[in-house]
Amino acid sequence: MAFALKASSATASASASASSFSVGRRAAAAGAGRVSFRGGLAAAPMVAVRAEAASVGEDERVISGTFAKLKEEGKKAFIPFITAGDPDLATTAKALKILDACGSDLIELGVPYSDPLADGPVIQVHHEASAIVNMASATRALAKGTTFEDVISMVKEVIPELSCPVALFTYYNPILKRGIANFMTVVKDAGVHGLVVPDVPLEETDVLRSEAAKNNLELVLLTTPTTPTERMEKITKASEGFVYLVSTVGVTGARANVSGKVQSLLQDIKQVTDKAVAVGFGISTPEQVKQIAGWGADGVIIGSAMVRQLGEAASPEEGLKKLEELAKSLKAALP
Amino acid sequence: MATSAAAAVGNPNSAAAFRVTPPLRAGSLRVVAGGSLAQRRGVAAAAMQPAKAVAAEASPEVAENGAAVSGLPRPDAFGRFGKFGGKYVPETLMHALTELEAAFHALAGDEDFQKELDGILKDYVGRETPLYFAERLTEHYKRADGTGPLIYLKREDLNHTGAHKINNAVAQVLLAKRLGKERIIAETGAGQHGVATATVCARFGLGCIIYMGAQDMERQALNVFRMRLLGAEVRAVHSGTATLKDATSEAIRDWVTNVENTHYILGSVAGPHPYPMMVREFHKVIGKETRRQAMEKWGGKPDVLVACVGGGSNAMGLFHEFVDDQDIRIIGVEAAGHGVDTDKHAATLTKGEVGVLHGSLSYVLQDDDGQVIEPHSISAGLDYPGVGPEHSFLKDIGRAEYDSVTDQEALDAFKRVSRLEGIIPALETSHALAYLEKLCPTLPDGVRVVVNCSGRGDKDVHTASKFLQL
Repeated sequence: MAFALKASSATASASASASSFSVGRRAAAAGAGRVSFRGGLAAAPMVAVRAEAASVGEDERVISGTFAKLKEEGKKAFIPFITAGDPDLATTAKALKILDACGSDLIELGVPYSDPLADGPVIQVHHEASAIVNMASATRALAKGTTFEDVISMVKEVIPELSCPVALFTYYNPILKRGIANFMTVVKDAGVHGLVVPDVPLEETDVLRSEAAKNNLELVLLTTPTTPTERMEKITKASEGFVYLVSTVGVTGARANVSGKVQSLLQDIKQVTDKAVAVGFGISTPEQVKQIAGWGADGVIIGSAMVRQLGEAASPEEGLKKLEELAKSLKAALP
Repeated sequence: MATSAAAAVGNPNSAAAFRVTPPLRAGSLRVVAGGSLAQRRGVAAAAMQPAKAVAAEASPEVAENGAAVSGLPRPDAFGRFGKFGGKYVPETLMHALTELEAAFHALAGDEDFQKELDGILKDYVGRETPLYFAERLTEHYKRADGTGPLIYLKREDLNHTGAHKINNAVAQVLLAKRLGKERIIAETGAGQHGVATATVCARFGLGCIIYMGAQDMERQALNVFRMRLLGAEVRAVHSGTATLKDATSEAIRDWVTNVENTHYILGSVAGPHPYPMMVREFHKVIGKETRRQAMEKWGGKPDVLVACVGGGSNAMGLFHEFVDDQDIRIIGVEAAGHGVDTDKHAATLTKGEVGVLHGSLSYVLQDDDGQVIEPHSISAGLDYPGVGPEHSFLKDIGRAEYDSVTDQEALDAFKRVSRLEGIIPALETSHALAYLEKLCPTLPDGVRVVVNCSGRGDKDVHTASKFLQL
């Protein structure tokens, strides 16, 4: 345990990167008059980005704007997650529309990846199932496969029909492979509003964030139960859209109980930021959703439970029906 | 004087060596008796220098790079070797990595810890390992006129558990104890790292879970039994391609889930910082002993170092000590499987592209979509689509050369070395030994080549028996 004391020196390097992100409240206030998306939002008090980002279009910071609007209305965000291409992209397109119609406030869409380190068995299997098909399509020219291009063209078609914003959940290597700047342009052109990259820690996010900002994409950062308080503060400062609080020490996947620690973590985060905080990982039932909302979360993210509805159904139709049922019950559990 | 030595071993950075190395100890690197230096240099330059050495001679930048190797941090404070390395992991692990790094640095300066580690390495692991002159292998590579290089084997295969892997496992388990972690997890490919980890967990009374690809468990059934015999739980990984890559991913997922009471003994110089640095430091004893033994045996240094590279731990263990010795040629040998121009190989540095896998930026075998490709090698320990970031760095700055040999060439070497030296090398090691076929004909007489004999091949006889007609 004595060694833990030495840890602070290494985390100190994070402060330099975080310090450039001052909370640009004045910039946000100045830009408030221009905000004009989705039902005429009057102000964007939650937006905390650099002034230079604000100058390229505060009004397009859709995810933080969504949370601001919900807060005004005294509501909490319902954020479902599904994996693109699972079981196929046509079903994903239908699922996105269904989730939107069920009152989703933001949808997190997972891009399938071959080595999803942060994912538990449910989402992992779906990543890998897609990835194997994908590799096969690349190497054996099989017609059916979920390539990034396929995901993007599907998203491009569907997003204009949705009333809620979409954030892509993708691992880093597919971004690097396309080139960070190029990736951001492609994603923005497809109508995506934000990004979650689970294997890029705070210290490595500078280039991602600046390229994302050029395209008005909000880069959501994650904080976890093992994140020291000082580091959590830096993460909340740098996070855009909202702060993603990982509820458990572990990978994605439904758990029987949500750790009571989430309540105190939420309090800790709320003390250092007025950004919205959404809780994810391990949440699957209306009871858990209600509990977390009661603890003060601004949103709840449900992944594996959603993915399972689609993946374990006998047919895509049945899966979509089950997805709809679950989404409605979870949405109903939230104020 | 200095110029002849560098040129004679065909170091691609010999140009850099000419300009920057301080005067060498007289005679210490003279590789051939007889023949004028001018003659020798001419012959060597013509016969041995890879093409890029010519470029190096003409390009001052490369010379600066070469000179700068000793000045460049390997790694810097955030675990970067040049642009490679770093920490690309879920946030849940960031604190554990910081804690681990702090513990590592604290222990590096802790005399009691070093004393305990040295004692175990000596009495339990069996260090130091011999630097063995392979007389009949040397004879085998002699040309018709009786000239040829001298082949030495650094006998890591003689370590307890039969490979270099235990150097790192024993040190990390001591570190885990100091961190107060009671549960140990590890990934394994060939099973050598798994066996080493299960061994040290048995020795120190810690719970041990080994993740192993289902396909590898079949290929390395003997090692699976050994691990179980030692009290470890071996968990089959069926996801992805069911090999080392997936076992590593699964071990990382376990660590993300149980980070508070678990230490992950990563078995290669791969993964997020501090692993590439830490694992190298725990293996650098290989190179340190080699330097001392070379001095004792012939009063000089090796001229060429050769080691196989999967993730690259045995190679870094040997190379690290000599990276700043510009006059020593460093060669890593990857697995070409069925050939690097087929889709069945594991030659990451030869054919990969820069990407992120298992927490660090390095060369990665990947497709156009950035999905990691299934590698192939007859050797489970080299069957990995990534490589340690320091190797990527050494490749990019031109300090080390990387080449590859096929499954068949490795099998031939497996048989050759068994018959010529009475040493059955691991199939991984057989890749390094197979490279001698390409290398030796290009080397002048008397050049001293040290091959890291990283592991013994008993575990591989079952696999080899399917391919070798005896």
